Amino acid sequence: MAEKKWPETWQEVSPGNMVFEPGNAASYHTGSWRALRPVFTKTKCIKCGVCYIYCPEGCIYQNDEGFFEADLDYCKGCGICAAECWPGAIEMIEEG
Amino acid sequence: MAKRVGMEIAIAAAEAVALCRPDVIAAYPITPNTHIPEHLSDIVADGRLDAEFVCVESEHSALSACIGASAAGARAFTATSSQGLLYMDEVMPIASSMRLPVVMAIGNRALSGPINIWNDHSDIMSQRDMGWISLFAAYGQEVIDMCVQAFKIAEDLDVMLPVNVNLDGFQLTHVVEPMLFPTQKEIDKFLPERKPYAAVHPDTTVSMGTLGMPDIFTESMKAKDEALKNSKKTILKVWKEWEEQFGRHYQPIIEHRTDGAEVLIMTMGSMSETAETAVDEMRKKGMPVGLLKLVLWRPFPYDDLRKAVKGARSLVVTDRAVSFGSCGPVGAEVRSALYDEPDAPAIVNEIIGLGGRDVTVEDFIAMGEKGLKAEKGKREEEYHIYGVRGS
Amino acid sequence: MSIVNNFDLYAPRLVDQEEYFVHGHRACQGCAEALAVRLMCKGLGKDTVVVNATGCMEVVSSFYPTTAWTLPWLHVAFPNAASSASGVEAALKVLRRKGKIADRRVKTVAIGGDGGTFDIGIQALSGAMERGHDLLYVCFDNEAYMNTGIQRSGATPFGASTTTHPAGDKSSGKTAWKKNLAEIMVAHNVSYVATACPSYPIDFITKVKKARKVEGPAFIHCLAVCPTGWRCPSDAAIKLGRLASETGVFPLYEVVDGKYRMTVQHDTLRPIQDYLKSQGRFRHLTPDVIETIQARVIQEYNKLQDKINCLHAWSDLKE
Repeated sequence: MAEKKWPETWQEVSPGNMVFEPGNAASYHTGSWRALRPVFTKTKCIKCGVCYIYCPEGCIYQNDEGFFEADLDYCKGCGICAAECWPGAIEMIEEG
Repeated sequence: MAKRVGMEIAIAAAEAVALCRPDVIAAYPITPNTHIPEHLSDIVADGRLDAEFVCVESEHSALSACIGASAAGARAFTATSSQGLLYMDEVMPIASSMRLPVVMAIGNRALSGPINIWNDHSDIMSQRDMGWISLFAAYGQEVIDMCVQAFKIAEDLDVMLPVNVNLDGFQLTHVVEPMLFPTQKEIDKFLPERKPYAAVHPDTTVSMGTLGMPDIFTESMKAKDEALKNSKKTILKVWKEWEEQFGRHYQPIIEHRTDGAEVLIMTMGSMSETAETAVDEMRKKGMPVGLLKLVLWRPFPYDDLRKAVKGARSLVVTDRAVSFGSCGPVGAEVRSALYDEPDAPAIVNEIIGLGGRDVTVEDFIAMGEKGLKAEKGKREEEYHIYGVRGS
Repeated sequence: MSIVNNFDLYAPRLVDQEEYFVHGHRACQGCAEALAVRLMCKGLGKDTVVVNATGCMEVVSSFYPTTAWTLPWLHVAFPNAASSASGVEAALKVLRRKGKIADRRVKTVAIGGDGGTFDIGIQALSGAMERGHDLLYVCFDNEAYMNTGIQRSGATPFGASTTTHPAGDKSSGKTAWKKNLAEIMVAHNVSYVATACPSYPIDFITKVKKARKVEGPAFIHCLAVCPTGWRCPSDAAIKLGRLASETGVFPLYEVVDGKYRMTVQHDTLRPIQDYLKSQGRFRHLTPDVIETIQARVIQEYNKLQDKINCLHAWSDLKE
């Protein structure tokens, strides 16, 4: 994504404040909000994808091995994944 | 070739709008503009116009639906008056901020309290700050012409702003006037298909109506203000093209018998016709009075006004609304525009014709006489409600 | 109910992997409404235009110059998601008919919170549904005007403490019962009406897909747990949504052509206390008020069961 100049001059503001770059909210890393961080234990993970489904950020993804992990740039540390994980493969630890 | 037809002006407005091939019409009935959406729905029902007529359940929904339609790339139209305009007030600034070329016809009617269905300008005057282009028609011919011009002005990519065409309720909407109707072919030549700047459609994905934090809001407002001021160029261009194709001339302030006028009267809307007759009478009597008919209200035509009043000793600005406790809206803006002009005329602000009160030729002559007596630097009152019993 | 029997829980990987409501949005941590919007979009797919009322989701997703949406998106104002969407739907219809846009179906979906749907937006919703637009309206109900700070709405449940009807020495929170908007929609002859909750994601997405197929009005009432407003821990949203169904507070059902069907069945209902106890907005409730609520929940559930058992599809009632 191209670095956009901010703050814009009035001539640069998009007419009607329209935004033409779909999904560019991803430029804002909500991971900085966290107080707790999820830790995924591969040995317990059964690759069911429940954590992926329930993440409000949609930041849990399946890695190359098929195990799930959270993108820490966006994870707000809500703990839903840990609460919903059936085999208890996710633990919330304090962000050090 | 244009044919001259005698028709009720509201019906004519509907016919003119239909010639512009709108895609979506969303409107709610309110006296006195109801005939406009009614007749449009007739035209759609008869298959003469391929459009979606949305019978919305309120005026707020009417303008909201037009905004939605315009955001999706359609040519959208609505019409209302008075309380209906107030009900859509919430979305008025949104239409202009979102740079959507919605066109609206307003059958000007008094704002309630007490409820009154007759004509004055209090409805449109409550919308001064909404960022719309605002035109005032004095005759049925002007109504037809402006309805078509409105779409072309609004949709110009240098403008992209909503436009309202103001026609006086009953005094224009319900009056039968002989008018020259352009043909569909002529309108198609004048007004091409809309090419939207952006449209909410998966093929042109965009987010419209985003949130503006303090750090960008001022710039957004400046951009909006500049767009409205800048639209005057396009308005003049479109009027020039109109004159070239149809032979009828428009300018921001139309003058009548102003040569050598010491006193000028300013009117907007249908009163202009009565005032014209009055000025002719006054001239016969040797009174050096001329008439300024304000056509372009927003963006405010500063330059045209200052040029038009040069040489006049006094200017009687007629208002058809009161900003209670303060001023007549047009009077105040005119005074403000002329404040720093050397030799600016004395301003007399007469509030006339509230809630459909008739204003006669004799009344204008009386105002002309008042203008003759007015002296610069001697402001007797901020504004005067003309003809009120009990003063 | 055994885990193995519940196919839902094995199906996450069958869900559309595309994200249409991307990370980077500013919703509170643990927001089930953001989750619900994310899941809804997976059921809608890319040929959709979303019209969003003012509210939490609109605000958190559209800080200029960013947008969390990869779908075309329109926000106008608070009361008019349904009427703006009516205009979008009309425009897409006529522009397609006139050949000015691609000749394929693009679905218009209006979304709003309980504020923008139950209260200030109900007029526009009613009008849109009555007119019969090809429009899906999804109400994300977090049971108060959350975006402006947890004020009471017509969707706030009885006894809940909100900032405009708080619990206090002389008050036990809201004294009126929650409006039943799904019933109001059925009364508008809407041919597909459903209640849903992101705690049952596959049920929700299935309902969204079904609603999308309807060529006319459709309505989904989605319960969206709000940890901030309901005063519960940020990891509790899914659990609470599940409890809402398990206690009968928010039964998950659908009404197709007037025929009622429960889509998430529970053999017995859990006591209401299980649902209320972990929410700070109910913590002031005394046992007698809880009893009142319990009685009403049972009654409403029975009313629903009555409709499920007795009412026929409208098309069956033509003779």
